[in-house]
Amino acid sequence: MSTTLFDKVWDAHVVRKIEDGPDVFFIDRHFIHEVTSPVAFLGLKARNVTVLYPERTFASADHNTPTINQHLPVVDPLSANQLQALEDNAATYGISHWGLGHHKNGIVHVVGPENGITLPGATIVCGDSHTSTHGAFGAIAFGIGTSEVEMVLATQCIMQPKPKKMRINVNGTLSKGVGPKDVALYIISQLTTSGGTGYFVEYAGNVFEEMSMEGRMTVCNLSIEMGARGGMIAPDQKTFDFLEGRLYAPKGEAWTKAVAYWKTLKTDADAIFDAELNIDATDIEPMITYGTNPGMGIGISKNIPNANRVEGGAETYKKSLAYMGFQEDDVMIGKPIDYVFLGSCTNGRIEDFRAFAEIVKGRKKADNVTAWLVPGSHVVEAQIKEEGLLDILTEAGFVLRQPGCSACLAMNDDKVPAGKYAVSTSNRNFEGRQGPGSRTLLASPIMAAAAAVTGVLTDPRKLM
Amino acid sequence: MAYDKFNILTSSAVPLPIENVDTDQIIPARFLKATERVGFGDNLFRDWRYNSDESPKKDFVLNDSTYSGKILVGGKNFGSGSSREHAAWAVYDYGFRAVVSSFFADIFKGNCLNIGVLPVQVSPEFADSIFKAIAEDPSTQLEINLPNQTITLLTTGQQESFAINGYKKNNMINGFDDIDYLQNMKEDIKEFANTRPF
Repeated sequence: MSTTLFDKVWDAHVVRKIEDGPDVFFIDRHFIHEVTSPVAFLGLKARNVTVLYPERTFASADHNTPTINQHLPVVDPLSANQLQALEDNAATYGISHWGLGHHKNGIVHVVGPENGITLPGATIVCGDSHTSTHGAFGAIAFGIGTSEVEMVLATQCIMQPKPKKMRINVNGTLSKGVGPKDVALYIISQLTTSGGTGYFVEYAGNVFEEMSMEGRMTVCNLSIEMGARGGMIAPDQKTFDFLEGRLYAPKGEAWTKAVAYWKTLKTDADAIFDAELNIDATDIEPMITYGTNPGMGIGISKNIPNANRVEGGAETYKKSLAYMGFQEDDVMIGKPIDYVFLGSCTNGRIEDFRAFAEIVKGRKKADNVTAWLVPGSHVVEAQIKEEGLLDILTEAGFVLRQPGCSACLAMNDDKVPAGKYAVSTSNRNFEGRQGPGSRTLLASPIMAAAAAVTGVLTDPRKLM
Repeated sequence: MAYDKFNILTSSAVPLPIENVDTDQIIPARFLKATERVGFGDNLFRDWRYNSDESPKKDFVLNDSTYSGKILVGGKNFGSGSSREHAAWAVYDYGFRAVVSSFFADIFKGNCLNIGVLPVQVSPEFADSIFKAIAEDPSTQLEINLPNQTITLLTTGQQESFAINGYKKNNMINGFDDIDYLQNMKEDIKEFANTRPF
C-alpha cells in the first residue's frame, strides 16, 4: 500500500495499538526546559519511578533566561528557582543539561538541530508547541503537555491517536523579498489559525526543496499556528549535509546506514492525503500580521480587511483590531512602531541574522525604535561574530544580546510595554504575548530590519 | 496519578462566547514560573479578569456573580496556541470540570483529558443554543453524561451526543491515567526500544 512520509515514520514507532483508543507511541528524543518539566519530575517522585532512558532526554534552559549579563546570578527568584530545578532534576536522573552560561546553551529547538540530536525518521517531543520545528529534518516532532513529559520520562512513550494527513504544496518562484517566514504566514492566513487542527502536515513542492535547512525549520516551526500538531519535510541531501559530523549525529558506518534509511523516507507517488492545499509561490508577498492571532496576516502592501470579508465572528475580529489600535481598511505601510525583536525558535538562526544585517548594513537604527537582537543559541552568537555580522549590526547602532526565548513570550525582563507596537520575528501575536498590553506585528527578519532602520512599517523590498 | 472520577455533571455554566481563546489568555506566560502545581486558578484569564492595578475588570464574566458553575462554555477554537498544561490546570483549579466548545485546539484538548477536565465538542448550533439559554437565564442547568456521551440543556431538553474514544472515556470515569497503563507495559516498551536505531 502506498504510504506517506508521515505514515512511514509514525508506523515505525507504534509499540501497541489500543482498540478504540490512542497508539502507544515511542519517543526517540525528548527535550526539556525549565518551565514545563518541574511538575513532571514531581510526578515521578510521587510515583517513586525513575527516568527509563535518561540518554534520550536533553535539557536546555531557555524560556526564563535573561539575555544580558548571563554570568551574573538570575535576579528574579522564581526564574532562578525554575532554572535550579532543571539543573537539579537533570543531575538526579543523569540527563544532559546545557544550563545558562554553558557554551551549548540556547533555545531547545535551535540547539537540537545544531548538535545533531534532531534526526530524520525520529520521533521528537518537548513540552513546547514549537517542537514542530524539528519536522524540517523529516522527523515527527510535536509539543506535549506536562503529563506527557512525565510519561516520556517514566516510559519513553506517550498515548497518541494518529492525526489525519494534510499536504501543502507550494510551487513556483518566490518573489523578491519573500522568504520562509512569509511563506508560512501566507499559508496560515489562508488556512486560518484553526484550519490545520487534527492534521499533521507535509510541506512539499519546489519552494521547500530549494529552501535552506534554516528556512525549513522556520516553516515547520509555525505549523502549530494553523492548529496542526506538526509539519515535516522529506529529508534530502541538504538535510544530510547539515547533520553530518554534528555532535550527536551517527558516525562512520552508522552514518552510512542511517543515510541509506533516511533516503527511503518520502511519500509514495500515489499516496493519499486527507486534505491537500496547493499554493502558487508568486501569490506571496512579504507578510505582516495586523491582529491578535497568526492567521490575521496580509501582504505588506495590502489594507486591513473589513470585518465582513473575514471568516468567523465579526465581534471577535473587531475586538482584536481594537486591541491593536487599528481600523478596518488601514494601510499598513507607514504605521509607526516602537520595538523590534529579532530572535526566537522561529527566526533566531544564523540565516535570520544574515538577512537582518543585509538590510541594516550602511544604515542606522531609527531613534524611536528599541531593538532586541537575540540569537537562538551560543553557537549562533559565535557564528554572528565569526562572519563579521556583529560589526555590521554595531555600526548600524544595534546591540547583540545573549541567547534565550526572550521577548517571544516575555517571561524574562524583555517585555514590550502596554500599548507599544513591536515588529517581531517570533511566532505569536496573541494579546499580551510580549508583555501585558503589548501589540505584536509578526514578520520576517528583513521586514523587522526595514522597520528598525526607518521607525515605521516599511516594505523591505524598497531597501533591497 | 489518579485524578477525580467523572461520571455525570449537572451544573450551571459560565459563558465566554469569544473565538480563538488562546492559552496566553487562559494563563499568561509570566505566571508559569511555579515549580509545583498550585495557585493557577487565581491567574485564570488574568489579563481579561484584572486591570494592571489588580482591580477586577467589572465587565469580564468571571467577575460577574450572575454567572457561576463547573462548566465553561467557550467560543470556536478554544485553547489554541501553546502546549502549556498550566492552561488546563488553571481551568481545573478555578473549579471547572468540563469545557464546552464547537471546536478545540488539539494540545489543549489532550491536556484537559490528561488531568480530568472533560472537553465536550458540540455543533456550532448547539453551542449557540447554550449561549442563548444562558443569556436568557444564567442559572440554566446543563447535564454532561459521560457514560452516555450526551450533553443536555435541562431547561429545554435539547440534547446532543459528543465523541470521546473508549480508552479515554474509561480513564475519565475511573480516574485512571496514562502512566498507570504505560507502567504496566514497560517490558514491551524495553523490547521495542532495543530495535530503535537511534
